[in-house]
Amino acid sequence: MTESIMPKTVLAKLVWAGIAILGASAIGGIAIHRGESINAIWFVVAAACTYLVAYRFYSAWICARVLVLDESRATPAERFNNGRDFIPTNKWVVFGHHFAAIAGPGPLIGPTLAMQFGYLPGTIWILVGAVLGGCVQDMVIMFCSTRRDGRSLGQMARDELGPVGGWAAMIGTMMIMIILIAVLGLVIVNAMKHSPWATATVLGTIPVAMLIGIYMRGIRPGRVLEASLIGIALLIVCVIGGGWIDHNPALRGMFDWSGESVAWFVIIYGFAAATLPVWLLLAPRDYLSTFLKLGVVFMLAVSILIMAPEVKMPAITQFIDGTGPIFKGTLFPFVFITIACGAISGFHSLVSSGTTPKLLANEREIRMIGYGSMALESFVAIMAVVAATVLDPGVYFAINSPAGVVGKEAVAAVATISSWGFPVTVDQMELLAKEMGEATLFARTGGAPSLAVGMATIFSTTFGGSLLAMWYHFAIMFEVLFILTTLDAGTRVGRFMLQDLGKHVWKPIGDVSSYPMTVLSSLIFVAAWGYFLWQGVKDPLGGVNILWPLFGISNQLLAGIALSVATGILIKMGKARHSWVTGLPLTWLAIICTSAAVEKVFSPNPAVGFLSGAASMAEKLAAGTLSPERAAVAPQLIIGQRIDAALALLFAIILWIVIIDMLRMSLRIRSGKPVLPLSESGYVKSNPGLATSASH
Amino acid sequence: MIATELKRAWGYLRQVTGDDAYERYVAHHAQVHADQPPLTREQFFRQRQDEKWSKVSRCC
Repeated sequence: MTESIMPKTVLAKLVWAGIAILGASAIGGIAIHRGESINAIWFVVAAACTYLVAYRFYSAWICARVLVLDESRATPAERFNNGRDFIPTNKWVVFGHHFAAIAGPGPLIGPTLAMQFGYLPGTIWILVGAVLGGCVQDMVIMFCSTRRDGRSLGQMARDELGPVGGWAAMIGTMMIMIILIAVLGLVIVNAMKHSPWATATVLGTIPVAMLIGIYMRGIRPGRVLEASLIGIALLIVCVIGGGWIDHNPALRGMFDWSGESVAWFVIIYGFAAATLPVWLLLAPRDYLSTFLKLGVVFMLAVSILIMAPEVKMPAITQFIDGTGPIFKGTLFPFVFITIACGAISGFHSLVSSGTTPKLLANEREIRMIGYGSMALESFVAIMAVVAATVLDPGVYFAINSPAGVVGKEAVAAVATISSWGFPVTVDQMELLAKEMGEATLFARTGGAPSLAVGMATIFSTTFGGSLLAMWYHFAIMFEVLFILTTLDAGTRVGRFMLQDLGKHVWKPIGDVSSYPMTVLSSLIFVAAWGYFLWQGVKDPLGGVNILWPLFGISNQLLAGIALSVATGILIKMGKARHSWVTGLPLTWLAIICTSAAVEKVFSPNPAVGFLSGAASMAEKLAAGTLSPERAAVAPQLIIGQRIDAALALLFAIILWIVIIDMLRMSLRIRSGKPVLPLSESGYVKSNPGLATSASH
Repeated sequence: MIATELKRAWGYLRQVTGDDAYERYVAHHAQVHADQPPLTREQFFRQRQDEKWSKVSRCC
């Protein structure tokens, strides 16, 4: 592949120049606009042009000059074709699988929370972070794994950097799972508590999933499509049924759960889904949520294009100074931590290695599947930006600000929020809650309810006016189902990781075929995330403000590990001159991760720093100035904040261990000293005729 | 024309959802291990599901 990557004909050159100019003007328009509102189409155009140009030129350049993809080289799928996990597969099918695997709730929630800074910082970071960071990470890791028989990130870290890097990657991955599941559980709690409609709907989806599981296992084995269609129809019945229960005064009370009850439900559900056979609950629910996810993302894109809503949030708010109500902390580094998924998500490196490479029919498809899927996920994040910012800013802050910040009473809350310059009234919020079929929308933190209000507004205008409450609860069900997939799949995988790590301490726990060990390790893992979830539920500030930044740091840590492995491999391949391709995003991540971790641990501001937060609470507790309600949970929260501090510090240390390990290796190469050999498998010539015939 | 396109789209949908995975497996099996009997539909799906959910197949 030594031919030029530039467009060849004059027409092609003109078209690409046009796209570039259009994109640049859209970004410029968004950046300098200072009016009352700006049309969301600008965001869509800016994003689409950015991805197109980056894909067409930057990804092509990386593939041709840095990775030097080789079409003639047989992929692991071709060499080990077994008709099951190694199968050369149509590239659009792999694209579908890969996108469904990487696109979780993260790109919907992070951008929603980050809109407290205004629309501009988050939007710019989503676009720049994706095309220079996230897409590159996903693609390069996919390349490395494809060249190594589809090995996982952890194995590659061990093979290429050595045991230190390998251990750090393993522990880092398990930590991120724990925090991720806890924070997502908290989002569910905040979406379901005291909402009988949402609770009834979500509970209804469990028997639906089991029914589909039994259908696919016993009645019509493996008939995925028909089973999923039946399932989706039943899910819609659940949403309608939830509404019926909500309007029935006798039944309503049974589903009006407190935050604590919902948390217990999530914990028990996670444990059950991890220990029950996968065919009964986990696998069928995943089919349903995947269909729903792709459908909703598509509907949202179409609606935004048809409706062209106005974005009402200002470009930048006063909260860049760190005093924001949704989470505390200044624009730098916290916008980059809050938005991980959608810009760069370390978690993707786990799917890009190990799973997807075993399906690739040809190396050249790494570009479209690795870079392209992430660009699409980034686009989902842009849609979340639109859904959050089409709300009146006053409404957005009223939904997302915890009661501990703006006050428990509606009158106090609207007064505080209006005093910030985002007018909102009690009547407006009551009307909105009534329209959405909820008792209240004040202090519904976590991002899911405000996203659902945004989506319901967009959908009801496009697809049917009077069904706001139905759309709202459909959106909530979609989000919860989606999150439960990450939660139970994560708990299951986390359990395996725990067993894998635990066997070095106590050998018997590593026995994955033993049922008692399955139960024991699942209990330990669920208890680990359950602890953080519980702490979040008890926190009067909503918990999301603590857990989400911690999750962001851990996700960026994993990205840092993946990019270190990738950079090390590029240098070993003799591509040191081009290693900035992964080195640049790595440097940026190291900066933001370290500064965020240091601030979260050591900031003297008790609203930002975990240690000073714990100290200030302990002081107030000792002085007796806390309300009895808060004093009761204070001891727990004090310990919790100290554990959070230790964890944030640990994340930063792990990241630096891996970076230093990679740099040590690079320096050895530079001075001609021996290092671990490149673990790439040997070249085998591809025989596509054989591959296609074998896959049919 | 439209019929072929629809057929192609249907084929894509079946493949991307895994609806036709067993048929693909049987065809592959017949080609490579013609001497051994293939797994039954039930066995195949059970194995595939267990395999899928033993590794990271869903992100955040």
